[in-house]
Amino acid sequence: MSADTHHKTTKGLSGEVLEHTGVKVDKCYQCGKCTAGCPMASEMDLAPSYLLRMLQTGDAKLEEQVLRSFTIWVCLTCEMCYSRCPMSIDIPKMMDFLREKSMKEKKASKKAKEIIAFHKSFLSSIEKTGRLYELGLTLEYKARTMSIMQDVGVAPAMLSRGKLHILPELIKGRSAVSSIFDKTINKNKK
Amino acid sequence: MVLGIYPGCSLKGSSREYTESVLAVAKAFDIEIKEILDWNCCGATAAHNLSKELALALPARILALAENQGLDEIVVPCAACYSRLSGTQHELNQHPELKSKVVEAIGMEYKGTVGILNIVQMIDKYITPNIESKIVKPFDHKLACYYGCLLVRPKEVLKFDREEDPQSMDTLMSKLGAKPIDWAFKTECCGAGLTMSRTKTVARLSGEIVKDAADRGAEAIIVACPMCHSNLDMRRKEINEYNDQKINIPVLYTTQAIGLAIGLDRESLGLQRHFVKVEI
Repeated sequence: MSADTHHKTTKGLSGEVLEHTGVKVDKCYQCGKCTAGCPMASEMDLAPSYLLRMLQTGDAKLEEQVLRSFTIWVCLTCEMCYSRCPMSIDIPKMMDFLREKSMKEKKASKKAKEIIAFHKSFLSSIEKTGRLYELGLTLEYKARTMSIMQDVGVAPAMLSRGKLHILPELIKGRSAVSSIFDKTINKNKK
Repeated sequence: MVLGIYPGCSLKGSSREYTESVLAVAKAFDIEIKEILDWNCCGATAAHNLSKELALALPARILALAENQGLDEIVVPCAACYSRLSGTQHELNQHPELKSKVVEAIGMEYKGTVGILNIVQMIDKYITPNIESKIVKPFDHKLACYYGCLLVRPKEVLKFDREEDPQSMDTLMSKLGAKPIDWAFKTECCGAGLTMSRTKTVARLSGEIVKDAADRGAEAIIVACPMCHSNLDMRRKEINEYNDQKINIPVLYTTQAIGLAIGLDRESLGLQRHFVKVEI
């Protein structure tokens, strides 16, 4: 890598981030405030500031590592990093883009399989009924992750407090909602 | 006056007491609340994690429905839904090319003009001015006002309270006669959507929040988000295991605290539905 590539990141993954989100990773000067304030940093394989530095290098191997990282999935999008960044780098927006790309390219970290199973179960519930069907989400998540016994104690306690519906609420515009899915997240699947 | 409401999915199920208390308080202040007809889920964390277009289109349909119904202003009591709806409106107003894509996906006209209020903004605008004369039982307790993430961040989009040490809920609780405490976890994340997929993470994050509130003498934690509520309340067993300590302080919605102060019936506020008993 030549010396002048340090802050020229218009190509490669950082270029894609810029094009799709407007986020400029080369503004980062590694102060580390994002990592210091991140509630999930201790569970990440790449700290947020480290991930930004990897993108700045433009190195294809490091970019691949970013897309395969656990970090992008365990990020809660709590927006703490963005609110504290002295350069106003919208890291959460960048994380959304990286997750979507990682998923499309089938590079999602295996360690994130429960997190992704939850998201997929959640969306499949909305696609079918228009609203989240909490019981359906729980059952589908358990089936996807084979975690049958998880939270079995919570459901009866929720039921007795009137917090869990047995049947889903079906909206009239279900076809409108499934058409939204067809025109967005599912458009390249068929 | 008439105000639209987007309840969102949690408020119809696991957090129904939030809806009950919002409606009970609104009624006490003669605010007519109209639900957006046939609303869909905003997509929440799952949608924006997997598809930007889906994450914009689902809230756009909700806002378009509100416009069709002639609602100029809506309250969104769930902080997460409030964040998705406000974020979508902001993004689509700034990027016309995205807007036309999204309009195509939802198959509806979308102007992007509906006023979106979070619960604290709604209270400040329509309830606080008339609150003093209605207080029959000052809510004289030490409280930890917990804002969480999505009520205040990012300020570029929400333009609400300040991001570090926000004050709006503290000011509101003071007006009820309460004593809000200074504490360190006002805007730390509870773990939100990882509640099922990484319960241990949620026990750690929510555990730190509950412990700091308890250590500083709070008698209750006040929230404005159903996800914060379910993590701090329904996950108390896991939280207590993480802290290796039994902490019994209850978690109340802002609207439940107001309801108690103005003398509404406890059941109408849904207090009996909490996992951690509300004994204040």
